[in-house]
Amino acid sequence: MSEATTASVQVQKSPASARWVTSIRTPVLVWLVIALAVAIWISLSDMPAEILTYREDIIYLGGQHVELVAWSGGLAILTGVPIGALLSRPAFQRVSEALLQGFNVGATIPTLAILALSMTLLGIGTVPAVFGLWAATLLPIVRNTYAGLRAVPQHLIEAACGMGMTPAQMFWRVELPNALFVIFGGVRTALAICVGSAPLVFLIGAGGLGELIFTGIALDELPMMLAGAIPTALLAVVTDFTVGRLQYYLVPRGINPLR
Amino acid sequence: MIRLEHLTKVFNTPNGPVRAVDDVSLELPEGEICVLLGPSGCGKTTSMKMINRLIEPTSGKIYINGRDTDATDPIQLRRSIGYVIQQIGLFPNKTVADNICVVPDLLGWDRKKTRARAAELLELVGMDPAAFMGRYPKELSGGQQQRVGVIRALAADPPVMLMDEPFGAIDPINREVIQDEFLRMQQALRKTIIFVSHDLDEAVKMADKIAIFRSGRLEQFASPDRLLANPANSFVESFLGSDRALKRLRLVRVAEAMLTEFDALRGDDPHARGKVVLEESGLPFAIVVDENGRPTGCLAGNAEAGVDAKVGDLARPVRATISTDADLRLAVASMFAQDMPVLPCVDDGGRLKGILTYRSVVKSLASAEARE
Repeated sequence: MSEATTASVQVQKSPASARWVTSIRTPVLVWLVIALAVAIWISLSDMPAEILTYREDIIYLGGQHVELVAWSGGLAILTGVPIGALLSRPAFQRVSEALLQGFNVGATIPTLAILALSMTLLGIGTVPAVFGLWAATLLPIVRNTYAGLRAVPQHLIEAACGMGMTPAQMFWRVELPNALFVIFGGVRTALAICVGSAPLVFLIGAGGLGELIFTGIALDELPMMLAGAIPTALLAVVTDFTVGRLQYYLVPRGINPLR
Repeated sequence: MIRLEHLTKVFNTPNGPVRAVDDVSLELPEGEICVLLGPSGCGKTTSMKMINRLIEPTSGKIYINGRDTDATDPIQLRRSIGYVIQQIGLFPNKTVADNICVVPDLLGWDRKKTRARAAELLELVGMDPAAFMGRYPKELSGGQQQRVGVIRALAADPPVMLMDEPFGAIDPINREVIQDEFLRMQQALRKTIIFVSHDLDEAVKMADKIAIFRSGRLEQFASPDRLLANPANSFVESFLGSDRALKRLRLVRVAEAMLTEFDALRGDDPHARGKVVLEESGLPFAIVVDENGRPTGCLAGNAEAGVDAKVGDLARPVRATISTDADLRLAVASMFAQDMPVLPCVDDGGRLKGILTYRSVVKSLASAEARE
């Protein structure tokens, strides 16, 4: 109660402009420092030029990488949210905790091992790669969807029911919107894992920026390795930023602690 | 009108069946507020939730305006009954306007019409629609949330409302204000209301009828005045408390208790007449009024004066008056606080209509008892 009060007071006291400044200040400083470091590095070494000789590879493999992430991440969202929602239903109450424990155990399996297992089942190429990444990405989405829906206060559900909402209306109009912030948190974590794990799928013949990284390591070719590593890092940052913005704008203001 | 007939609810718990509600029958006329009152776990909330079928009765029947609720689809039934819960239950993802319009939206009303209705209801509780329609619940104070919770239940204009300790989560000062506001609204709206409470003072203030519950059984169902005057058994008596006579003060209006046959003095009356009036009435004070009949002072019996002194010169100023519309609780409080054993009772224009003394208060409580 007191938390809620302080929060509302803060919201009322800080005008939009002030909030904008506080939310932007830290990243801006970090970015300025990074930009400065990069500028010094470019002017002092011939490494950038060497990296840029791989430009065509970066574009082709980068496209492949994004495609892999989009498929596996997209499928993980499309399956993970419904699974989490299903597990949160009263009918599944008995089995849901056990199933989530199963998912948790699954999450301790290293991504590399999942990819190896998926290769034994499905062979090499894009399909086993997408399947492996999907399996590694799924858990945070299922877990957050489940937790977010279960955390919707009981009295909201009682109010909704008492006012004559059908179970479906209660889910779509009350439960899901109120769990949305937590679900987005899960998607954000999951996509970060997905982008970070994606270079590994080169090992089962699915290409992606991992090809430059692993070949660069094998040949002891630093520029080649960086040509894979830097775009992978940028992709991770951009993905996280994009999902963060989506979370900011898509979750209604009334339940969005960021706004 | 709401009628409960032999309503029973048995819950099966690991420790065997529990009769949460045991053969409860009552009938509430249209437009009245019935407060279900009792200690926690007495079955009052369970009884209320059976009315909109959030809990299905084990046996017994419920009729709303003559219609058996069992024969109505529960979803349709709930949409036709206003529902307010203790935690208010405003949806944090929806704006104030969308919260108020939940039931009208479920009923598929025209959007323009529902938002106009929301604005009208906000105005009814003194909240500026322009400022509040677009806000989210977290941007409201506790009292504002409570008001929105109540008008949300009124949005589709249901004839019947269920309120589960609707003012329980709010500080005492704001609670009084919202209760008064709600009673004012109820005077115009005349809803039939089942109101769950564990607060006797709230019940006495709000109720047309009070139903006292103990472990699932209805102990007494009566008007507040009758309940306080004639508790049906020792449980009800102890639940009402040994100060129940004081609680009844709230139920009697000053106009019903005041003495109307008395002599008022004028400022230019001679002191001798004052003395006569005081002696005849046997009261410690006599009230002095001006030419418009407004009380200006009071003359004490021990005032020392010469033969040709005027009453106006000797009278002391009146420290307190009471409106004839006020309840006796306020009147007695002001008699104690201002040490006014004779309290002038005035109408809206401030004109003296009667006087209140300790004896008249006691007599009016006794006569209320005799009325039963």
